[in-house]
Amino acid sequence: MNTSPTPVVSARKLGLTFQTNDGPVHALSDVDLEVSKGDFVSFIGPSGCGKTTFLRVIADLEKNTSGEISINGMTPEEARKSRSYGYVFQAPALYPWRTIEKNIALPLEIMGHSKAERKERIERTLDLVNLAGFSKKYPWQLSGGMQQRASIARALAFDADLLLMDEPFGALDEIVRDHLNAQLLKLWAATSKTICFVTHSIPEAVYLSTKIVVMSPRPGRVTDIIESTLPRERPLEIRETPEFLDIAQRVREGLRAGHSYEE
Amino acid sequence: MSMLLRSWQGTGALILCLVALARLPLLSPEASAPFGSGTTAMILLLVVVGALASFLRMQEAALAGILFVAAHFTAWLLIAGLSGNEGQANLSFFLLVAACWLLGWRCISVLAEIRPKTGGASTALRLLIPAIFGAWVLILWEAITRGAGVPFILLPPPSAIWERIIGSVSILAADVRQTIFKAVLFGYAVGCAAGFIVAILADRVAFLRRGLLPIGNLMSALPIIGVAPIMVMWFGFDWQSKAAVVIVMTFFPMLVNTVAGLGASGAMERDLMRSYASDYWQTLIKLRLPAAMPFIFNALKINSTLALIGAIVAEFFGTPIVGMGFRISTEIGRMNVDMVWAEIAVAAVIGSVFYGVIALAERATTFWHPSNRGG
Repeated sequence: MNTSPTPVVSARKLGLTFQTNDGPVHALSDVDLEVSKGDFVSFIGPSGCGKTTFLRVIADLEKNTSGEISINGMTPEEARKSRSYGYVFQAPALYPWRTIEKNIALPLEIMGHSKAERKERIERTLDLVNLAGFSKKYPWQLSGGMQQRASIARALAFDADLLLMDEPFGALDEIVRDHLNAQLLKLWAATSKTICFVTHSIPEAVYLSTKIVVMSPRPGRVTDIIESTLPRERPLEIRETPEFLDIAQRVREGLRAGHSYEE
Repeated sequence: MSMLLRSWQGTGALILCLVALARLPLLSPEASAPFGSGTTAMILLLVVVGALASFLRMQEAALAGILFVAAHFTAWLLIAGLSGNEGQANLSFFLLVAACWLLGWRCISVLAEIRPKTGGASTALRLLIPAIFGAWVLILWEAITRGAGVPFILLPPPSAIWERIIGSVSILAADVRQTIFKAVLFGYAVGCAAGFIVAILADRVAFLRRGLLPIGNLMSALPIIGVAPIMVMWFGFDWQSKAAVVIVMTFFPMLVNTVAGLGASGAMERDLMRSYASDYWQTLIKLRLPAAMPFIFNALKINSTLALIGAIVAEFFGTPIVGMGFRISTEIGRMNVDMVWAEIAVAAVIGSVFYGVIALAERATTFWHPSNRGG
């Protein structure tokens, strides 16, 4: 499937079952996936399909109950302890008692970077997300889109090669989302990071990704993996091209094959 | 636009004035120093002028000024005329006091309508309005107790309490030193610190969390002041036993609130710390304690009043011959009610300052909390 020598994420027969009062819930079952360096992988599917759970297993925020997963050749726990990924949540989760720059400094403080280095990294990442003038503001003084950009800057600040993003733009309106999607692509091109991106928007998945993982619920599983044929350079207008619509159609078919459109 | 405003307070004051006029004199015929007819006329005139002014459309500050002078100068004339005539006031006297009160009320409503442009003026106004309100509590208290001759034992007039405070500054200072600076501050600091530290320990140690916390919740709901006599037996008559009562009283609210606060940070924020491989202490200091601050300040505020109550009431059960609670319990036995009220007034002022300082520190520390962001 993938011939790259260093898969960033490699999952074999991965399964996760939650024990609940209503019996076991199969959040993930038999997931096989490889993510290579520099990929932009989107996970798409209806709610309950396990796309967020899969991201959380990569991040060692959940433990798989069967199968194997390795991140850069390490177990998820080792990968987390060696700080090899940055995680962007559905909500910005900025600390309201810290200014934007202090929020970005948070992981750097925890990881023991020097003051001068923190300053340099804060400036660099704020530039990357176009928030340079807002370093002294508190999160609640910024708009939702700016807050989410700040949280991306926070995930970028400590230079992890892998960026895990869990519906980061889900709560934003479509205009802001378009803008941030374009910015995210630029950022990806500028930093050459590997990005795993959870979304429930088909256009967003097609526009951003080099690889689209289509998932379906009950049990959560992968129904299709689509390699994008779009060029890496993607203006917003690419979404009107036949090629784009073609890939979107394939995603829709994958969702239908997984019975995702049924009740 | 009409030149006249509606002012029910003005109407009320005019009616009260008319009835008072019909029921003159102000004091009963036995009064030793009755009001002169000039003073009486001036009082009536001032009330009428103030009431009429309240109907006129004019600049709010000017109107408030006229009402302020009319209401307070008249009230002062009325109360000053009482000296030597305690308990001799007639109905018309009280009607005029009520009329002044209505004018004062109108004054406050006019002031409350003003929207000042500068920050300084707005602060002054925010202080002035409750000050006038508080002053009227004292004016009515003074006029009623002295005018109607309420027995001193039941309720002394504020002027007598004030005289007693001025006359016994050294006694009051010694009592404050004993009760506040020794028992309250020491007990408060130790009780709050201990509650905080045990909360952190309980967070770390499952044994404490599961064993102590349910008891802590129970204890914080009990009237712990009941242990005061036991503490006096254990720690002796001096301030140490009172400090012990304060420690016991402040410990549990701090424990319970800090534990609740430590659980207040969101799941996403904690996942974030986990994704950074942050250790226990880093997560505690950088996330959980800041998120717990609103809860901790809540406990500090509750405890500031509890500490004062605890120290004063504990002194009822045995103490050296100094202290606020000692003074209250002995002076009430000697019918020196004014001294009791003087201690209560001092306790009220100190309690307010104590609470105010904590509230200010809270505003500075938890400025980020949605309840504080507006200011």
